Amino acid sequence: MTKKQKKMVIRLTASALLLAGGIGTEGRWSLDWLLFLLSYLAAGYDIPLKAARNISKGQVFDENFLMTAATFGAIAVGALEEAVAVMLFYQLGELFNDYAVGKSRQSIAALMDINPEYANLLRDGKEEQVDPYEVEVDDLILIKPGEKVPLDGVVTKGSSSLDTKALTGETMPADVKEGDAVVSGSINLTGVLEVRVSRLFDDSTVAKILELVENASSRKAKAENFITRFARVYTPIVVILAVILAVIPPLFLGNWGVWIYRACSFLVVSCPCALVISVPLSFFGGLGAASREGILLKGSNYLEAVAALDTVVFDKTGTLTTGKFQVTEVCPAEVPEGGDRRQAEHELLRMAACAESRSNHPIAVSVREALGEEIDPAFVGEMQETAGKGVRTSVLQGGRWTSVCVGSERLMEELGITGIKAPQRTGTTLFAARDGRYLGYLVISDTIRQDTKKAVAELRKAGVRRMVMLTGDREETGKAVAEEVGLDESYGGLLPGDKVAKVEELLETKREGMTLGFVGDGINDAPVLSRADVGIAMGGIGSDAAVEAADMVIMTDEPSKIADAIAIARKTVGIVRQNIVFAIGVKLLVLILAAAGYASMWAAVFGDVGVSVLAILNAMRALRYGKHPEKDRI
Amino acid sequence: MKKIVKLEGLCCANCAAKIEDGIRKLPGVTEASLSFMTQRLVMEVEDGRVEEVLEAARKVADKVEPEAEFRVVR
Repeated sequence: MTKKQKKMVIRLTASALLLAGGIGTEGRWSLDWLLFLLSYLAAGYDIPLKAARNISKGQVFDENFLMTAATFGAIAVGALEEAVAVMLFYQLGELFNDYAVGKSRQSIAALMDINPEYANLLRDGKEEQVDPYEVEVDDLILIKPGEKVPLDGVVTKGSSSLDTKALTGETMPADVKEGDAVVSGSINLTGVLEVRVSRLFDDSTVAKILELVENASSRKAKAENFITRFARVYTPIVVILAVILAVIPPLFLGNWGVWIYRACSFLVVSCPCALVISVPLSFFGGLGAASREGILLKGSNYLEAVAALDTVVFDKTGTLTTGKFQVTEVCPAEVPEGGDRRQAEHELLRMAACAESRSNHPIAVSVREALGEEIDPAFVGEMQETAGKGVRTSVLQGGRWTSVCVGSERLMEELGITGIKAPQRTGTTLFAARDGRYLGYLVISDTIRQDTKKAVAELRKAGVRRMVMLTGDREETGKAVAEEVGLDESYGGLLPGDKVAKVEELLETKREGMTLGFVGDGINDAPVLSRADVGIAMGGIGSDAAVEAADMVIMTDEPSKIADAIAIARKTVGIVRQNIVFAIGVKLLVLILAAAGYASMWAAVFGDVGVSVLAILNAMRALRYGKHPEKDRI
Repeated sequence: MKKIVKLEGLCCANCAAKIEDGIRKLPGVTEASLSFMTQRLVMEVEDGRVEEVLEAARKVADKVEPEAEFRVVR
């Protein structure tokens, strides 16, 4: 609690005691009015002063003025007790608002506590604590256990594990050693690291994320704009109605006191703050809950858009798949009688790896990785490469040179090799032959992320109607992946421009009022990301173009986070709707009842403060998202 | 040019909306957004009018919410 809030607690306690005293002695003591007056002053002496000051500056319809007018009116018609209660509860409500908002601000600030305060710069072997802004590219910095990594860089000395939870939502620490890249904003856990800085602070991941998060609430949701527009007309209308109510009926019916009392109830309910506060508070909580899951949204408006996702379009490589080639199948042509199949597989792999031993093509690299052992260059002869078909070389085998060919089916045909069996699985197939005899084939494909199937299933469950894959890869390869993970449609052989056209086509067929999301890894995806209603970039760290173009960034490489984002967004939007309907509903009801004389000023106090407290309590639920119950206590 | 201002002590959501509205109407401001929750005012200001706009914006904020401290972040 801040000092200001503590002072208010004391004032309100005193006011409540005086009010109780006033009610207790009412009618039995000639000075009972004095207790009410003191109670009123203790709770709200500053409100009329603020009202006067603001009117002098030209601000008329603010809540200070409304409260002053309402309570003065009540006092004038002799409803002293009510006047005090209105002021006391109004201030109590304000105190609660203040406290709740402060708490939310704090808990989100703690969540985003990734801003490094300093960097240990190494200058001529000496260490010096400086502002991260002062560090230049290629400077060396030292990061000790417990400290935040201040700038992006590469480890030059030492090893440690890093906690990247604040950045990615990933709870397992990541091990880093010499030569590994470290990301600013993560926390060094165990060892001392010496790091060569690769980017200035302004370009560092941490600065990018902070910028994104801090600006997020500047892009407002439709509901937020609606409620501020509503408040702008609501207050003047209610005030005008109050004036009419205070003057017109008594002209005909008399009984001024009763009508002024009812008009004062109107003024109490006319305060808009309660209504206005809960909406940004809910969205703020929703953005916070998402960022805790490693999902960054660039604005509250995108929470609304994500809640209404109808069509999700995926890029294939790097999004549904890892983007890394791997040998997924090794199929030797024959296994010798009584021989070990594993041995035959290993032999096939070794021949392929020997043939590919001097190439840096991703496929060659994946074959060597699959073998997992070094190849002695002395055993491999001259290499002849035929572009797009394969390679020929000679390999020293059992003391003699054998000729080995590895490549496409076409190459095998050209060499007159028979007995080729086409594989079942799709991907890039590499056939191998030795001394004119067919050895077998390898299938190399981009592997599907472990998380992909779960993501698709969860999105389906969340009500996403249509899931489409777009890929620059071959149609068949795309189809196979789409089928395996359970997507509805796939389109292959697309250039980046074609993807935009396809997304535009899909945008036209989505359901009314719903949205389309495009998920990509950010490489070549920028135009499509910005064309979709919600551009979703995955693996945000390190891919600047994607972070710029996207509306939502998933910091981890789990596509299933989209389903989490939908759940958070729907919850937030739901809370906002509940609050709008509830607050406006209760206020209107109280207005009608008060005008008809069925509601006292106490009901009006509930219509103002009670609604505000309930709406805020409801709004604070937005910060909570199922997976982390232990961290959500406020 | 983008200017960011922190309004420390901004404690009324409706006032935030009023300030935002007032600043948006200032000459030289092409876009303005004030987040009540983060207390951050983000303005897109025409080049060369920064000083003038900041002064006017400070006045708008002071008129609506005198308690809030107007601090230019960058």
